[in-house]
This record gives sequence, structure tokens and C-alpha cells, in this order.
Amino acid sequence: MTDERSGESVEGDGTTLRSPTTGDVWEIVVGLEVHAELATATKLFSAAPNVFGGEPNRNIDPVSLGLPGSLPVLNHRAVELAMRVGLALGCEVRPCVFARKNYFYPDMPKDFQISQFDLPLNVDGQLELPSGQIAGIERAHLEEDTGKNMHVGGDGRIHGAEASLVDYNRAGVPLIEIVGRPDLRGAEQARQYVAELRSVLVAVGASDGKMEEGSLRVDANVSVRPLGDPELGTRCEIKNVNSLRSLGRAIDYEARRQVDLLEAGERVAQETRHWDDANGRTRSGRSKEQAEDYRYFPEPDLVPLDPDPAWVEAVRAALPPLPAERRRRLADAGGVAPAAVALHVERGLDALALAAMAAGADPARVLNHVEHNLAVDGAHDLDAGAFAELVAMETGGELTATQAKQVLADMVTSGRSARDIASERGFEAMDTSELDSALDAVIAEFADDWAAFCAADDPGKRKKLTGFFTGKVMAATQGRADGRAVGEALTRRAAG
Amino acid sequence: MTSRITADDVVHVARLARLSLTDDEVTTFTDQLAAVLDHAADVEALSIDDVPPMIHPWPLRNVMRPDEVGATLDRDEVLAHAPATEEGQFRVPAILGDEP
Repeated sequence: MTDERSGESVEGDGTTLRSPTTGDVWEIVVGLEVHAELATATKLFSAAPNVFGGEPNRNIDPVSLGLPGSLPVLNHRAVELAMRVGLALGCEVRPCVFARKNYFYPDMPKDFQISQFDLPLNVDGQLELPSGQIAGIERAHLEEDTGKNMHVGGDGRIHGAEASLVDYNRAGVPLIEIVGRPDLRGAEQARQYVAELRSVLVAVGASDGKMEEGSLRVDANVSVRPLGDPELGTRCEIKNVNSLRSLGRAIDYEARRQVDLLEAGERVAQETRHWDDANGRTRSGRSKEQAEDYRYFPEPDLVPLDPDPAWVEAVRAALPPLPAERRRRLADAGGVAPAAVALHVERGLDALALAAMAAGADPARVLNHVEHNLAVDGAHDLDAGAFAELVAMETGGELTATQAKQVLADMVTSGRSARDIASERGFEAMDTSELDSALDAVIAEFADDWAAFCAADDPGKRKKLTGFFTGKVMAATQGRADGRAVGEALTRRAAG
Repeated sequence: MTSRITADDVVHVARLARLSLTDDEVTTFTDQLAAVLDHAADVEALSIDDVPPMIHPWPLRNVMRPDEVGATLDRDEVLAHAPATEEGQFRVPAILGDEP
């Protein structure tokens, strides 16, 4: 990939940039902060509903609005979900306190956000990516979400807007902020990290993980350094990254921008930058005079949280199998590497695949169907026994691969059995005599090509003609013939 | 004694809170805040080596409520108290982009 602006290219594995002018190689260092909305019924500190969408300012109460005299009370369920996430990431759950993060902005009507600062709930964990790479987690703490501002007038962006409209439905919704260590190199590893973290959040029931609805949000800390240099470079925090694709583009862009600055003898200023998806660039966020100065102090209206060890252990014991473990399990059963089944697990179809294999279905065909033919709504409801029957029909030669794919799609939408669907569609196994007579007819019609086929000693030419005859037989049988059986019959006849 | 807080500190904090202060107010608040901090210094002078750190004055831990939906406020009633509203939302001046 080449950038027209500077001509630098991302190296093969995407973790470094090479400068075309100096030949220097720069390493792209990324640490991610992921905010996930917790799947509670109510807000973090009040009983107003936690729901996405709907009319503005319907899910508000005195606490959401920061009205004088209102007091926060911690949501038990939010704490439990946050502990699930922490424990799933191998964190230590610690006694913790809440803190006020003070800033002046209308998305928080009380002019501070309740978060955790020096004493967070979960510390020191890690995330195992499908590649086997381990990424460190510094902390995972609880905080409340902010309201939503919509800028109106001007060009609709922050700069030039005349006014902002504020909706406090989201204000106070419980968030877990998962702060990763700068262990990631380049855009691809960052994307894998977010996809894996999302799988973990969904697996433990903490969040729905929907980036498109904003329930999962990512800020990327990006810096560059000469490859091999142990010191970290100055980082910029990239905000407003709303999809995995944007995350990758933003990191690539930002790394190039920083390398350009450094190679021009300039310095990277530590700052917050916003990703502009439409124009494919990051731009500076707040000016120097508005540098972040949050004046954190302990929240006097909330007492410390010190989860009982028995509660922590009960939450740990109730954790479901996590994606890394599920990949290992499926990979073992399928005889492949864990990275090869990442998609299967990410889609939550590993249990189906394992059950079908346990029912005797050929593992390779099962994995292939799940990867390529089951990325559809309703796949989760597919009965494993019925799926195994389909695979057995395919393995036994009753269905061709193409037919099996069609039958499977029908099974997912209709819920009927593979045998019923195959029968209705006329996908009966062709008996030998039917195939033979189809072959006879085709060979008679294309006698010259058949002579060429029999005479061909060049494998390429033979292969090409095999394809030609297979196509003709398929057409003559309305696609019911098995391609492999046709090929074998052709070879047999030419030899005989 | 040297003051624990300077006029520059007061101006900085006022700016973070988007408060506009006159020079006289800066002088007044600097003196007042210095007096408050001097009072805290009295505590600093005490020997507290054998006193464990205290996060909160109440001897309470783990005060939580069940995750059950309660009452919400009526939107029209709430918005009636706002200086400006639009489409069911609070309308506020644009505050970013320029110096306060």
C-alpha cells in the first residue's frame, strides 16, 4: 500500500513503515482504549432505563440530569458484568473507589463524569488473539457514559456550529473502559484485538458489542519509533473511530503523518486527534489552551467498592468458555490451527460445528460449511444432527458440493431436513447408468473434442477438456451429476 | 509565608470552568483560596504516621441497588425549565472551537 502524499509504504506484515527517501524502517505502536456499554436494564447510578435509540430525553431522571440534591447509587448488576469482563481478561479484581473527572461540556450536565482513576476495579490482564499473540491489559474500570450532542447550524461539525442539541438518554449508562498496553503493532493487530475483545464481551454477556450503535467505541493511541528502538515515541490519541475498517485506516494514516513529521525534523505533539472518515485523515482536536486537565478527586457521594471474595469467585466460576479456549477446542476437533477457526468462533457457530462433528460429520466439510455457507441469519438455530446428516450425504456422494450448499441454505430458512429438501429438488444421487447415458450422448455430440481428449498427453490440455465435458454433462443433467464422478468416468473411458 | 496558590492558578481553573473573572475577583479569590489551603496545612502539620489512609468519612462499603427500572422524569416538564430547547432536546450555545 502506498500513500500518494509521502510515498511511504506499509511493510509486508503491516507492523512497520519504510521511508522511500531514507530507507528507514519505523515501527507502528498502538495501544487501544475500548469503551463498552454494559448490558444492564438501568443506568450505572440511577434507575432510569438503559436502552438504545428512542425519542430524546425520555430515559432521564434527576441523577441523569445532575439535578441539585440527587445522589448516585451503584448498580449491582453493572459491577457484576464489569467483574466478568475483568476476570475473563485474567485481571485481578481489587477494592476500588469512584472519582470525579471534571470538565466543562454540555454532554455531562453536572460538569463531571463519575469514573475510576487511581484505584480501578480490574487491573493487569491480557487478551489472547487468534494468532496466539498476547496483548496486555492495564486496567478495566467502571464509568458512566455521557449524553449525546448534535451540532446544528454551520456545517454540522463542531467547528462552525451555531448551537448544540443535547439528549441525555445515554448520560449515566454504565461503561467499562478497557485500557490496553501499547503491545500492538500496526492496523491489522489492532483490528484483531478489537474483534477478539468484542467476542469476549459478547461471550460473557457483558455487552452486545455493536460498534455501529456506539455500544463499543475505540480510541487508538498511536506512535512510531525507529524499528528496534526500545523507547516509545510521542503518541496521539485518535478518537471517533466507529468501525474496524476506520480503525485500520486511521492507524495507517496517523502513522504516516507522524513519520512525515519526524523525517522533516519536526516533533509529534502529544494531543487528541479526531478521525475524519469522509476525508480519510485525522485532525487536531482541542487547542493547547484547552489541554486536558480533569482535576480528578474521589467522588464523595459514593462509598468504596470492595467486592466480597466469595462473590468474585462465584462470578469467575460462572464464566462461560472464552473464545481462545473455544478456538483451541474446535481446532483440535477439526485437526487445524486455532487461527483457522477464528471466524467460526467469532460468529458463535463453534458449538454447532463441534456437535455436528460429534454426530459423525466430516470435520473438514463441517468447518468449510460454517466458514463459507453459514454466515447468515438463522444459522445459530440450525440443528446439529440435521447439519451432520447433510454433511454425511455430501461425503457419501449423494449430494455434490454445490447441491449441499443449496440444501444447507434451504435448511436454515425452512428448518426442513436435508433429505426432504434434496428429494424435493430432485437432488437424488444419479445412478451409474444415468451418468453413463448422459456421457454417451455428450461424447456422440462432441466427437472431435472427445478424440482430442483421448489423444491429449499434455495434462493442461486434458484438464481443460475435462472441464469442458464436465460442463456439458452438468448441463445435460441440470446440475445433478457429481463433478468428481464425471471426471473419473471420463478418465476411465479414455483409458479403456 | 509564600502563598499556596497563585493568581495564575486561579485564572487557569476559572478558564477550565468557563468562568470569566475580573482582575479584582482574581485577587479576592486567590487570597480566599490561599486561606482555605492554609487551613489544610494545619492538618498536614499533625503527625499521622499511625493513622491509616481514609477514602471516605463513613465506615461503609459496597452500597448497591438492584438493576431494576424506576421512575423517569416527564420530558416536557424538564424541558420547560431550560432556557432553550429544540426537537425534544436542550439547545446550548456552541462551546468548542473558540477560546471561552
